[in-house]
Amino acid sequence: MQNIKIRLASERVSTSLTFGEEGAPQLFTPGETITDNQRVMSGHGTYMDEENKDVLKASVAGTIERVNQLICVRPIKCRYMGEIGDVVVGRITEVQQKRWKVDTNARLDSVLLISSVNLPGGELRRRSAEDEQMMRKYLQEGDLVSAEVQSVFSDGSLSLHTRSLKYGKLSQGVLVKVPPSLILRRKNHFHNLLCGASVILGNNGLVWIYPTSPEDDSGVGGFTQNLEQVIDKEDRERIARLRNCVLAITASKLMLFDSSIQYAFEESLNYSIKELLTPEVMLDVAFRTRHRLQAYKDS
Amino acid sequence: MAGVLLSEAEKTFILHGVQNDLRNDGRSKQDYRPIELEMDIVTHANGSARVRLANTDILVGVKTEIDVPKSDQPNQGKIEFFVDCSANATPEFEGKGGEDLATEISNFLRSSFASPLSFDLKTLCILKGVQCWILYVDILILECGGNLFDAVSLAVKAALHNTMVPNVETVAMDGGNVDLQLSGDPYDCWRLDITNIPCLVTLTKIGEHLIVDPTAEEEECSMASLVLAVTENGRINSICKTSVGSLHPQTLSDALKVGAEVGVGLNKALKEALAREEKRLQADKPERFGFLK
Repeated sequence: MQNIKIRLASERVSTSLTFGEEGAPQLFTPGETITDNQRVMSGHGTYMDEENKDVLKASVAGTIERVNQLICVRPIKCRYMGEIGDVVVGRITEVQQKRWKVDTNARLDSVLLISSVNLPGGELRRRSAEDEQMMRKYLQEGDLVSAEVQSVFSDGSLSLHTRSLKYGKLSQGVLVKVPPSLILRRKNHFHNLLCGASVILGNNGLVWIYPTSPEDDSGVGGFTQNLEQVIDKEDRERIARLRNCVLAITASKLMLFDSSIQYAFEESLNYSIKELLTPEVMLDVAFRTRHRLQAYKDS
Repeated sequence: MAGVLLSEAEKTFILHGVQNDLRNDGRSKQDYRPIELEMDIVTHANGSARVRLANTDILVGVKTEIDVPKSDQPNQGKIEFFVDCSANATPEFEGKGGEDLATEISNFLRSSFASPLSFDLKTLCILKGVQCWILYVDILILECGGNLFDAVSLAVKAALHNTMVPNVETVAMDGGNVDLQLSGDPYDCWRLDITNIPCLVTLTKIGEHLIVDPTAEEEECSMASLVLAVTENGRINSICKTSVGSLHPQTLSDALKVGAEVGVGLNKALKEALAREEKRLQADKPERFGFLK
């Protein structure tokens, strides 16, 4: 028998973990004065006040970053700003001549050129007219891919490539969307977690959680999708739990990387998977995860 | 409906999950996502409520006005539903994009309120054949995260519960004209009886299984959904099927059984939440939360 619970807005819990705590990063809201020191330079996310030219104000909501005299405000929530070499997860939105359009949560759709994918067959060969006609066979609208940013165009849109066995079409799993600023930049964004599932932490804030495949370490590369494969219940439980854990710790603005996810998973084991959807439990998991991360840092 | 793109593999994953009775977010087939309710958040309306069901956000305002009853039902008031799909919810609703969905929802609400067993329009009568109350129920869809019908019906029921209809002090007939004197005290009001107002329960068929409270992704995997209007004591008032697919007769009878059971639970949960919210509002200067905090 289901148990439906309706909560009231007055009972809403705050997701903030550091509120009022010492050492918490200071948040600036748009229009808030950062400094009236005339020697600083205005960077991204800031502007000089119209009336009083000496006053520097924030134009986005976020935390401050300072490099010598240059002051920037890094927004907490924003669209993904691509950088060369980033690992991204994206969804094909359009098939065009010689290119796919990919939604990567950036301001503009990214492009994946047919010349920057490893076509099935493996060997490097010229892309023929047949390949162009076969494009929808490889990737069609709605398919998910993992890729790397190859270059950034002048308008800010991205060109992707999948020229490594790590990258390619994604098969069965769950996609979670989090703010891109919460993904910690690491050398490796593909993780086989100890708890028995794998994640791809896209720099663009799309997190792909999928079952660890026993035979190949090559990751998810290529263009094959096994639709017959039935994922067993234990794997599915782990994936569902990981999904809820990722949402729990990002709701409290904790950074996402392999150990924070692993800790959150371990701390969440006291609860059933569906309990992790309720705000109190999410906050508790985030709180314990933060505690463990700090304990690890201190030791 | 606001469609999301999904790859074949993701659909397969969701389908197998439903077969295993373990959905992507860990719920079983008959679990709801967390629901949040707030009443009396629009000061200019006679009654209002906001319901947030995971990512689905609905704001409902009820306005009461005086009107002339229909000639074939002289002793009944009127209730009208108007659904507005905000383009904030999804860009597809821009312009006339959300119109079909809006008509679908308002038509179904109208049919589920049509029976005197669910909502007695006679209570809205002021002077038989001459004057009656009309309730304008304005529904605003602010965000779409799946399961619109259920969220809309919860918000409508809560807003009607919250509605204050002014008391009429004197009715005087002056020749052909009616002279109504409304009470001057804004707190001199009466409340509507919402006991039998149904909640809508959407049952979505994925593979061979029926699930409640589908997410937007799950809706994308399904061929057919059944919406039932279920009252507090499990009576099914009205029923409609959305989207293109077909249903087997056996599935239909199963759906009615499951839907009635879920509907009773949903009504009970709402009743309990309404009582708590009512208690909060009666306190001195209750705080309004709305979209902030």
